[in-house]
Amino acid sequence: MALDKNGIAQRIAQELQSGWYVNLGIGIPTLVANYIPEGIDIEFQSENGILGMGPFPFEGEESPDLINAGKQTITALDGASFFDSATSFAMIRAQKVQLTVLGAMEVSENGDIANWKIPGKMVKGMGGAMDLVASAENIIVAMQHCNRKGASKLLKACSLPITGVQCVKKVVTDLAVMDIDPDQGFILRERAPGVSVEAIVAATEGRLTVPEHVPEMQLD
Amino acid sequence: MINRIVDNADIALEGLEDGMTVMFGGFGLCGIPENSIAAIRKKGIKNLTCISNNAGVDHFGLGILLDNGQIKKMISSYVGENDEFERQMLSGELEVELIPQGTLAERCRAAGAGIPAFFTPAGYGTEVAEGKEVREFNGKPHILEHAFDSSFAFVKAWKGDAAGNLIFKGTARNFNPLMAMAGKITVAEVEQLLPAGQLDPNEIHVPGIFVHRIYQGPAFEKRIEQRTVRSRS
Repeated sequence: MALDKNGIAQRIAQELQSGWYVNLGIGIPTLVANYIPEGIDIEFQSENGILGMGPFPFEGEESPDLINAGKQTITALDGASFFDSATSFAMIRAQKVQLTVLGAMEVSENGDIANWKIPGKMVKGMGGAMDLVASAENIIVAMQHCNRKGASKLLKACSLPITGVQCVKKVVTDLAVMDIDPDQGFILRERAPGVSVEAIVAATEGRLTVPEHVPEMQLD
Repeated sequence: MINRIVDNADIALEGLEDGMTVMFGGFGLCGIPENSIAAIRKKGIKNLTCISNNAGVDHFGLGILLDNGQIKKMISSYVGENDEFERQMLSGELEVELIPQGTLAERCRAAGAGIPAFFTPAGYGTEVAEGKEVREFNGKPHILEHAFDSSFAFVKAWKGDAAGNLIFKGTARNFNPLMAMAGKITVAEVEQLLPAGQLDPNEIHVPGIFVHRIYQGPAFEKRIEQRTVRSRS
């Protein structure tokens, strides 16, 4: 069965390593914070200017002066710090942040990502995404494998204006976990529980390398 | 001590004219100079080019200047959550330049730091890089970006003193210090305006040299854009 949004977030959370500073984008990526494995010590960075971001506040304790980049009210954990936007992107460009998780409209087999504009329809802007994908060493995309019309979002080449070139290293969708290699395109690493390799192949427009053995994701 | 205090927002706007390029601090609705925005609305200054990470929401923040047709062009990184903005953009009434958030921040910082331009990897290979010089450093392509040129900067701080020193609270800091540095004339509105000597010099975020006019904001609505909470159980 295909994963729901929480399942995708839960699988991505398995990639977290102790000592990492992590930036989570809006949407499914935000949910990753709910599934940090036990014993893993990480800090969340939100690009509007906080390290050490905590969970949503209890009702009545929310502050207009404490939000994340999705403009949601949040809390600050012990050890947190606040800073200005230039300092925030300094740590991003200088690769002090070890992992970026973000959503996408399209990803191509060479690692290009499109997630900021649909010409003539939706122009909300790139926010911090272009800075993040241009600099982060480790970028995981969290998204549905296909769009609402059933068309693959994993393409040979992005059809929408791109956010960054050859930057995505891993994609986790409702159907599969895939690495991206410039020579082999998408490499199928894991299947969602009960999802067949054939179903994933059918849902992937870009080049997909299928190893001999593709295990199922292990989610508790 | 050089006294930077002005009595109110109207006096703080002196010299602001139609067609100027103006910065507004804030991220979403967090840390926006809402009193200065209200005064600009009241004064009816038009054809402004506004540099601000976002464009407010419908009928609040920069939204009230959009409603009144006072903005000619927006330079922002993200402009969602505003129907009037979208309508004006799609109809061509409003010019919009979208730039990466880190580039936006650094173009402010550079302006305030005497750096005319810099190279950044953000936006390489995208629409943002069109027409810009590309150079490779450490084997990686970067694009040339220029410092902003802004007549006024409007910022909001938590505390300030007569010398113009500013302290921010939480994530309301965001673009405010950078824009304060960048404005040819910087106007700061504060929640608490104190006499000089009441702020600890160790804790100043923006030194008063960058702040030309400071006033006590008469009222702060401080609207929350996305109220997200968890239950105690």
